[in-house]
Amino acid sequence: MAAVAAMSLAATPEQLVLPIGLPDLPMHLRLDALSSFFLFLLGASSSGISIFAAGYFRRGEGTSPGLLCLQYHLFLASMGCVLLADDAYSFMVAWEAMALSSYFLVTTQHSRAEIRSAGFLYLLMAHIGALAILLSFGVMQGGSWQFTFDAMRAVHLSPPWAATAFLLALFGFGAKAGLVPLHVWLPEAHPAAPSPVSALMSGVMLKTAVYGVLRVSFDLLGSPDWWWGVVPLTLGLFSAVYGVVFAAAQTEMKRLLAYSSIENIGIIFTGLGLAMIFQGVGMPTLAAIALLAALYHSLNHVFMKSLLFLGTGAVLHSTGERNLGRLGGLIHRMPWVAWLTLIGVLALAGLPPLNGFVSEWLLLQAFLFAHEVPRTFVNMLLPLGAAVVALAAALAAYVMVKFFGVIFLGRPREPSLAGAHDAGMLERIGLVWLAAGCVVLGLLPTQVIHVLRVVVAQLLRAPLAPESGPWWLLAPLPQRHVSYSAAIFLAAIAAVVLITVGTVRLLYHRRERRAPFWDCGFGPLTPRTQDTAEGFGQPIRHIFGVFFAMTRELPSAFDPAPRYRVMVGDRIWQGIYLPMGMLVQRVADALAWLQQGRIATYLLYSFITLLLMLALVL
Amino acid sequence: MKALELLTQAIAVIVAVAAAPLFLGWVNQCRAWLQNRSAPSIWLPFRNIRKLFYKDAVIADGASPLFRAAPYLVFGAMVTAAAIIPSMGSALPLTTAADAIALVGLFATARVFLALAAMDIGTGFGSLGARREMMIGFLAEPALLMIIFVASMISSTTALQAITLNLVTQHLALYPSLAFTAIAFTMVLLAENARIPIDNPTTHLELTMIHEAMLLEYSARHLALMEWAAALKLFNYACVGFALFVPWGIAAGAGGATALLVSIPVLGAKLAAAGAVLAFIETVSAKLRLFRAPEFLATAFLFAVLGLLVHLLLGA
Repeated sequence: MAAVAAMSLAATPEQLVLPIGLPDLPMHLRLDALSSFFLFLLGASSSGISIFAAGYFRRGEGTSPGLLCLQYHLFLASMGCVLLADDAYSFMVAWEAMALSSYFLVTTQHSRAEIRSAGFLYLLMAHIGALAILLSFGVMQGGSWQFTFDAMRAVHLSPPWAATAFLLALFGFGAKAGLVPLHVWLPEAHPAAPSPVSALMSGVMLKTAVYGVLRVSFDLLGSPDWWWGVVPLTLGLFSAVYGVVFAAAQTEMKRLLAYSSIENIGIIFTGLGLAMIFQGVGMPTLAAIALLAALYHSLNHVFMKSLLFLGTGAVLHSTGERNLGRLGGLIHRMPWVAWLTLIGVLALAGLPPLNGFVSEWLLLQAFLFAHEVPRTFVNMLLPLGAAVVALAAALAAYVMVKFFGVIFLGRPREPSLAGAHDAGMLERIGLVWLAAGCVVLGLLPTQVIHVLRVVVAQLLRAPLAPESGPWWLLAPLPQRHVSYSAAIFLAAIAAVVLITVGTVRLLYHRRERRAPFWDCGFGPLTPRTQDTAEGFGQPIRHIFGVFFAMTRELPSAFDPAPRYRVMVGDRIWQGIYLPMGMLVQRVADALAWLQQGRIATYLLYSFITLLLMLALVL
Repeated sequence: MKALELLTQAIAVIVAVAAAPLFLGWVNQCRAWLQNRSAPSIWLPFRNIRKLFYKDAVIADGASPLFRAAPYLVFGAMVTAAAIIPSMGSALPLTTAADAIALVGLFATARVFLALAAMDIGTGFGSLGARREMMIGFLAEPALLMIIFVASMISSTTALQAITLNLVTQHLALYPSLAFTAIAFTMVLLAENARIPIDNPTTHLELTMIHEAMLLEYSARHLALMEWAAALKLFNYACVGFALFVPWGIAAGAGGATALLVSIPVLGAKLAAAGAVLAFIETVSAKLRLFRAPEFLATAFLFAVLGLLVHLLLGA
């Protein structure tokens, strides 16, 4: 599937009209560069995830494997259809199929109450988002009542209507992508699903929302105004910091990764917003760089996040434990999973020479020239966005050290961990595939960008300046003398490390002995003296206290059994969603007296309705 | 010309590796003089490293291969960083492969491996040090990036050697924006290199230590490499500071071999001055409580933003 998409990337857009669906309403399918890119992303990652899942689901989790398999493939197919759809009807059908099939996958372990409520919240948010997307399509058809995307491209909307359509689409797709403040379902639903499904949802499904925003803003609506970009840029920057700060405070490994997905979606939307601003003020070269950064990061995030979710899945199966505070020392028991996860961890932390760094580098380059935007104030505030991206990236490194250090390093915190076993062969193949993706995307940025340029050219509707420079050197702005070469970078580090190792081995003896670690003379220290996940997140809670709704219970000095408790909550949940839920509840209660439960009353309602209709018609 | 470039590259790396412990020794010596102590020899860090290399390595039970690999990786990252920074000549072949942002990424890589290795043994101290180090890291990185941004905007490139070349070749001009960022950079340098207002390089008191806490389980050649890498980091930061703020004396582009020869004593003079200033700052300031560190680094960030605004408003 990935191969098919890769081949069609350079080909001309193909259109296909399928004579299925409702009468007079055929499904239009179309494969152009944009959908090919996202199809490639879907295919490349899902091949790794599926191999892993083949090993994983055998050991059972909730729903019977047969049904699970059907749901899984339905989910994959519907995501493919979303990317291929060329009219609003088939898009919405595929979009809903995607939401529903993933809902059933999320509630695989439906015997547990919290998983059922997570699934319900997910379904609710998915439908609110879908409504907004539907309204957006309604605006975009612009009175022509033609719902094919071709017709929408041809319609010219007045600026206020175009902006309405864009904002509605951003709301709808943002709800699917998990942009703050529409993110609340994401940290509930992703951990609830089985790990391969979490990987698909976090890795690929969020990207269909990115695809949707790209399709609507650049393709269907045509030329975005510059101020449109400010909205996704602001939301993206906020999501990036918000997500990563919350990730640092989490104690459950899959929730931590879910919050980290919010951060990465934030970075992608930041790139999108920046591209719109540049495009709107007529700076296509920089718009291309920002868009490249966003697309590149989408691709990277698929590989690294899927890798980490699958890694946690392997840990979960092997130990039955998802709380970070009860893990530790697994690098000795599960070396394959640990070392492969380490690659994902380094990539997600944005460290060179892996792939996460390349997209962040491109984004920072785009930010660097943002002060040339010919709008006062905007050009001064934009460079500060780079600092926010840097903060998010540095915090991501913090989160990843916590994630890897607490799970895989140190000493086992529970005696039961001694029985942990490494992943099976199929699972290893899946992990290796994704880890290899991270490394290749990191080392060959020029080749990847060469492919991405087709997509960017389609979106910006302008041919890009021809590439220059040798194959190993990434130099997106030749006139600025900026370049980065991951291959040489890695070679230099590897050479220095090897020379150092060689020199040390050659010149000095290699005597060494093993001893217990230094306990300061106190005698044996239990594994409890290591940092727990809460402990490691403590500086973040201290510094970013404003983000959290924290309740602390401190013991008094005279407590016979002292207990220290901290509850960390989400201010947005408590500030927006709970009041809104209460409001809905109150309105529903007020309307409840209509429902008397007697046939006579309902007949009366029908009669009154009929009378009203008649009065209207006559 | 190509041969000269390669020669410059080789000399830059060798000088950095050799001079880094000396620079650390010089800072310690200055500090001792300022504090009315009898000063240790400037060669002391070298002797220390040599002594450590002769010792038997003691490795804690339960150390994973990551623990043994980390010193080599951290040292390798720092040497690579030294090869990227234009400390003496700006015509370095390796600088096309990495710009200032990649340099920040390289420092971050070293930090992550250091923190992971510290967590590997599973002691309270190790994870405490790792947590604190990563905290300082995420506070310092945005500030460092803003500093680099200001310098990059003046030269409209993030390539370090191009920034240096640009500042050297134009006629002497004073940039107020660079003055603000220089203050910010000094503060970041102190924080990132475990110097006094943030961390104390000579203490082993658990309430205060950050960097030393991570090295507690290391011994012999691993410890030697780690300490050498720390010295190199300080040297590298100083050289980044020279490249951005006092680039004069660096052999520019077509300077040839004589310019290269001249640039070595110039670098020595700059390092001596910087070391004295560093020792002075460390002597007159007191160690901050750990949770004052965010305020310290936020101040550094604000100075960098001030530099940015000055540059954008005044164009200077």
